This record gives sequence, C-alpha cells and structure tokens, in this order.
Amino acid sequence: MAKKKTAPAVAGENAIELQETAGLSQNQIVFRRFLRHRAAMISVIGLLFIVLFVFSAAGLRFGSERNAATTPGWWPYSITDIADMSSENCAEGLVGCPTLDVLPAFIDGTGMGLGKHPFGQDDIGRDYFALVMRGAEQSIQIMLIIGSIGALLGTVIGAISGFFRGWIDAVLMRLTDFIITVPTLIIGAVIGHRVGNLGVTLLGVFLGLFAWTGLSRLVRGEFLSLREREFVDAARVAGASNRRIIFKHILPNAVGVIIVSVTLLMSGAILLETGLSYLGFGVVSPDVSLGSLISQYQTSFSVRPWLFWWPGFLIVAIALCINFIGDGLRDAFDPRQKRRITKRDLVKADKASKDA
Amino acid sequence: MNDKQPILKVESFNVDFWVDGVWYPAAIDMNYEVMAGEVLAIVGESGSGKSSSSMGLMGLLASNARVTGSVKVKGTEMLGVSQKLVRKFRGREVAYIFQEPMTAMNPVYTVGFQIVEVLRTHFDMGPKEAKARAIELITMVELPDPSNTFDKYPHQLSGGQRQRAMIAQSLACDPALLIADEPTTALDVTVQAEILDLMRNLRSKLNSAVLLITHDMGVVADLADHILVMKDGITVEKDTVDNIFNRPQHPYTQQLLAAVPKLGSVAVRTLEKVEGSEAPVLKLENLVIEYPKRGRIPAFKAVSDFNLEIYPGEIVGLVGESGSGKTTVGRAAIGLIPVKSGSIQVVGQEIAGASMKDLRKIRRNTGIVFQDPASSLNPRLPIGESIGEPIFLAGLMRGSELNHKVEDLLDSVELPRSYRNRYPHELSGGQRQRVGIARALALTPDLLIADEPTSALDVSVQARFLELLQGLQEQLKFACLFISHDLAVVDILSHRIAVMQNGRLVEVGSRDEILKHPKDAYTQRLIAAVPIPDPALQKIRREARLAGK
Repeated sequence: MAKKKTAPAVAGENAIELQETAGLSQNQIVFRRFLRHRAAMISVIGLLFIVLFVFSAAGLRFGSERNAATTPGWWPYSITDIADMSSENCAEGLVGCPTLDVLPAFIDGTGMGLGKHPFGQDDIGRDYFALVMRGAEQSIQIMLIIGSIGALLGTVIGAISGFFRGWIDAVLMRLTDFIITVPTLIIGAVIGHRVGNLGVTLLGVFLGLFAWTGLSRLVRGEFLSLREREFVDAARVAGASNRRIIFKHILPNAVGVIIVSVTLLMSGAILLETGLSYLGFGVVSPDVSLGSLISQYQTSFSVRPWLFWWPGFLIVAIALCINFIGDGLRDAFDPRQKRRITKRDLVKADKASKDA
Repeated sequence: MNDKQPILKVESFNVDFWVDGVWYPAAIDMNYEVMAGEVLAIVGESGSGKSSSSMGLMGLLASNARVTGSVKVKGTEMLGVSQKLVRKFRGREVAYIFQEPMTAMNPVYTVGFQIVEVLRTHFDMGPKEAKARAIELITMVELPDPSNTFDKYPHQLSGGQRQRAMIAQSLACDPALLIADEPTTALDVTVQAEILDLMRNLRSKLNSAVLLITHDMGVVADLADHILVMKDGITVEKDTVDNIFNRPQHPYTQQLLAAVPKLGSVAVRTLEKVEGSEAPVLKLENLVIEYPKRGRIPAFKAVSDFNLEIYPGEIVGLVGESGSGKTTVGRAAIGLIPVKSGSIQVVGQEIAGASMKDLRKIRRNTGIVFQDPASSLNPRLPIGESIGEPIFLAGLMRGSELNHKVEDLLDSVELPRSYRNRYPHELSGGQRQRVGIARALALTPDLLIADEPTSALDVSVQARFLELLQGLQEQLKFACLFISHDLAVVDILSHRIAVMQNGRLVEVGSRDEILKHPKDAYTQRLIAAVPIPDPALQKIRREARLAGK
C-alpha cells in the first residue's frame, strides 16, 4: 500500500527535468552531449584520420638512431633515402616541387594525381612527404607522452594538496608556483639541450615532468570544493579511508575538469615541442619533427614555400582538432550547459504534439 | 483607475517546456484574477508548476519555455507584446520578491544603490531625491538605522534583513502587483513571522495585489484571502481561504492539508523501555565546540556547555534556529567535527580525542541522514553501491550476500529493488532521502543522527518520510537524535525535545512539557511564531503574539 502512495510523487517532483536523463548514467549523459557537439565530433574524426594516416605512412620506429625497432609504412621513401632532384611540375629554375595535383583535368588539363614526390623534395633530395609524416609522428608521440605524464602528476599532486590542505598543500603549491614562474621555454630549452638527442620518448617524459602545474591547480580547486560536500562526510561515516575517499569518491567527480584540461594541455604540448624544435632544442637531426622542419627551411620561405606549408598545416590541424575536442568535452561535462534550442526544434515539437 | 478592474487577470494560461523534441506542460489552462489589496496564494508541491506559471506571467522563463494564453495587468495584455512594453511594467507595476535574498541581490552593490537604481530606471528622479525615497522605503520595511543601512552591502545584513531589503526594492515604485515566490522559505520561524507581519501591513498600507507562491500551508493561512491549489500543472481547486481550509472539495486538497504537520495534533508517544539497558546510547557532557580562528577571523564558539543524554529506543528532537549550533552537535556526535572540551560518549565509547581507528569502530554503531539529499549521495555511484558501502567497508559481507542485503534495505525503505542500479540524479528528492536512510541503517546502528532530513522535501513527501522513519524506528529500536528547525515535525516524531539557542541548551523536556508548557522565554517565542495551518486559529495566535510584543 505504501508503494502505491509513492507513485504520484515520483511523477510530480521535478519530473520535467528528469525526462532528459531518465535511465542514463552520468557518463552516458556526458557522452550523449558530446556526440551532439558538432565541431567536436568533426574534430574527433579529423584527428583519428590524421593519426592513422601519419602513423601508417611513416611506419613506427622506436629507440635511438643506432638500434631502432621499426615497422615499415606504406610510403616507399624513408627520411634517409636521398633521391635525384626532380624538376617535375616546377617553374623555371626550381627543383623538388610538389607533384601533388588536386585539380581535376577539366580545370587545368593535367588531371589529379600524386606524382613522384607529392609534397616535393628538400635541399638534398629527400622526399618531403616522408619527412613530414615522420615529423608529425614524432610530434604526436611527444604530445601524448607529455599529456599523460602531465595528467598523472597534475591529478595526484592536485588531489593530495586539495584533500589534505594544511602544510602539505602549502608545500606542494609553492613548488607549483615555483615551476610556473620559470618560463616553460627555458625549462624546455635546457631539457631539450640535454636529452633532445636521446629520442622523442625521453624528451617527452622530461617535458611532462614540468607540464602538470596548471592541471594540479585546477584539480586542487575542484577537490577543495568537493571535499566539503556531504557525500564525502557520508563516506567517512561509512568508514572509508582517505585513499578510498580520494580515489573512489572525489576523483570520479573531478574527472570532467581533468579530461578537459588534459586535452588543452596536449594541444599546448604540441606547440611547445614545435617551439623547442624551431629553436633547435627539441628533436635533433637527422630525425625530424614538425617544428624542426619549419626551422630548417625557414630560409627557403620565399622561394619554396611548400616546405613551410605542409608542417605548418599539420600543426594547426592537430592543435585545432584537440582544442575543439576539449571544448566539446567541457560543454558536455558542464551540467548547466543547455542545448541551444532552434526555431526548427520548436516547430518540430509543435507538429509532434499536434499529431499526437 | 476603475476599482472594479482586477490588477491581474489571467486567462487560459499555459506554460510548456521543450525537452528533447517534446513539449511538457508545466501549467495547464490557468484562469484567475487578483484584485487590489487582495492576496492570492498559489499552493502546490514542487513540480506542480506554481513557480513556472508565476515567472511566465512577466516573460521571465528560459528560452525552452512556451507561454500561451492571456495575461492582463491593469487591463494591458502582457503576452505577445514588445519587450519594451513588458520591461516598462516589470518593476513599475509588477514586482517580484524571490526566495533566496542572498542570490537575488547583487553582492557588489550597496542595498541603497540597488533601490536607487530601480527608482531612477522608472522615474525621472535626481540622485538626492532618489536617495531620500530609498531611505523612506528602508524605514517602511522596518530595517534598523535606515540611513546607515542604505550604505550597507547585502552580506552585512542578516537573512531576514536582506529579505526586508529585497521587499523595499520591490516596493520602490509602488507596484500594483507584488509576486512573492516562497518569500519566507529560507528564513527561520521567528524571522518568518516578522516578514509576514510586514507584508500584511504593507498590503493594507499600499493596497497592492499580492500573488503569493508557497508550499507552506501555515504561511497561506496567515496571509492569503484566496487560494489556488495546483497539482501537475492543473488548477485543482480555487476558493477562499476559509473554504479551502475548512471545507476542501477536491481529494488532493484534502490530502495536502492532511499531510501538513500540526503542532500538538499527535497523541503522546510513550517510550517503551528497551530491556536491560539503562545506560544512555549518546551522552554529551559539558560539550564545547569551537571553530578555530582563521587568519583574522577570531575563533567561534559554536556550542558551549552542552549536556544531553539519549537512551535506547528514544527519539530526541533538537530544535533551534539557523546558527544555533544544532547541526554542529549532530556532526560532533558522529566524530565529524573535533571537540574542544567536554565529552561525547556513544554506547559507552568516548569520541572526544579518539583516534581514526577507534572512530571507525564507533561509527559502526552510528548512522547519519544528512540534510541535503542531493549533496549527500555521490553522483557518480549507483545508489546500490552507496547503500552497501558501509557494510562493504566494515568487511561484513561481500558479493552476492551484500547484494541481498542491499535489496533488503531498499525494501525496508519502500524503494523498488531495481533502483539499485540507478544514479542519484534519476531519483526525486524524497527517494534520495530514503536512500540516505537505507545507508544510515545499513549497519543496524544503535544511534541514528537525522540532520534536518525533511527540510528539502514537500509536505506530502515529508509526511510519508516521517511515517517511514517512525515505522523503522519502532521495528529496529534505535535511538535517534532528530535535528530540525520545524517544531511541528519534531512534535510528530520525538519523545523528548531539546531547544537550542546560540550554542546553548535552553530547555529540555518531554514533548508535552516543551510544546504545551514551555518555561523558557525563547521557547515560548519560538512556538508562538510557528504559523498554524488554520486561518481562524492563526489569526488569534497572531494577535496574541503581537499583543505580547
């Protein structure tokens, strides 16, 4: 009998707000909102495409210069192959121009095609497509490594200082302040100078050790407010240890902030690597990254601008995709973010209610 | 202006909300009118559409709302006309008083500035003139020291004073219609009584029409002339106060009135002594709790010299106004707040100065139900996991045995078993609070602390919740410290009542002693201020209270 009485109240109390979330877990709601974010979805597809394309083209290569484990890619040239300079598709007096032709035959009469060196060749005849693919692969690797190490450190340090407060907080946050005050570029330059020749993996690891500061501040703030919520007291009353409260109860609630700022951290990382390599402190020749490619050929900008275009285009595309994904995630995690309702939605709903 | 013309006339008024491609109605076909000097109260539970319909009157709803029908203020149509015209009416003819005065006033401007702003938007007035008028308004709402209050910021005023300032601001232009959305819900009873007096005086002074939206039948009985009862967006009943309270026609109205707890309406509950245990379950002795000083803010003594004992199977109600320290006592009793001096003994074990390990042991004998069901459940855990956590952490059960126990607990709080995989946001407030009880009772504690568990619930939900709690208590025989600001609720449940004021215990005694023959002046004041959901009786009480003042 008592159950029967409950039924109308369930229908009455905030029933309208509940319509949208009925039967969905928190993660499903976030995921659904993310799927609705058009720019973010396009960026996810774009980024996946870039990563697959780049990694399959260049093949994977780990380890240092001398004993590397490699898997071959589908592109016939590697970054160490030196071919004869070709003057195909070039204007008078130039060699190594891009042979890529995206205009169909009815416009310029030559038809679409890749040609021998679609992105052209560099000074000594290396295939520029191979170089750019290798460079992008390196840059993406560094980005992922910096992102994951930064995320791990930032989350743990932020969580500990936000949860325990007091002197632990003071010490950790002063350390954070200290690292923030030293310009990233200088830290990067020192690290790049020391470990740049040991391969991108180590470079990424060391850069990651300094990239957590912003994230840890955010996580700390989130923990400071979440630890005052009553469910934390409830967990404590239930007998939960500090570790359980931090990782089981508070961290899942802070995951939105973490995911969002890690994506933004990653797009920052790719730009940091680019900047370092441009200054000559990052990836060291003969290996390449997107930044080092730009820096190597900056002098040829006026004559052979394509040496600039391709790596520049990839940097912008990757950073933009990640930024849009981060943006989409932030919107999805923000419960106050309401979907904008268009006139069309309203008309549709009107029609539906009239039909019914 | 023609006296016969209604100030507000609402005809076939509908509000719908767009959710995911479907229109959900929030208010359906409302028809009413309010004359000058008249108070119309719209009552209903949360989700009944009472707030949405009143916000919709002046186009204050979010963009996913659709408002249709006709709203006439002094004969001028408000729906489907230009924003400019509506804006002219807002503030000038129609003023709002919101529920939460802290969030409704801008914290970076002084009270006076905000009143002057309203005045100068609507009238051609110089700054000096406006200031004089503002001070006049502040005097009218009986704020102390008007010329000083003019320069104060909202945070420098108490909750009741802020609500007065809000009212002064809404009265700035002598509005013809005042829409008060739960104007006293955030306030203590004694302050509420003052605000209600003020609103009554203002109505007779200014002859404004008042649209009062509330869920509190006591407030309605105190203030309203007409009542409109809403349920699920539909107007269920519309009549005079006298008719609604004494001769309700519709079954929902009757049910709503029956659910309202009334002071002194329940027969005395006798305490059956639990066999063989005379030792108190909870013993507080000379308890002092201090919030330590932080920076320049000095230490604050939240509780001083507090003595209370709770025996097995007994429910003790702890009442007091906000800031009296009652929640602090409850939290300290479960070891969530450190004790400055004195002792707290739970089932013979000392909590004051206990180590984390000892505390964990003590907490197996205690449970707590928190005030806000929305905040006390982890939004990322399915409720089955929340309920089972105390058992899991105590290491009593694992796996399928634990699952069975969780299902039993859900049964005992009358929730469907399938709810175990749901998340808190999928539940209504009352259901969440049931989950809170299930969790608190998971370890069959000897002592349950209930910290204002019903303050966030509707009356009918509250009535069911109290029934449930009472049933469980009779079955399991736990001792309970029931903290509440609502005397009527405490009256229903408890065997004994303790009254707190400013961190001190004012009076403690059996339910009858406190409610019928209160000795302390503060207790008397507190009881007199509670509005009673009976217009005739409330009028007598009000006059007695005012005469006493």
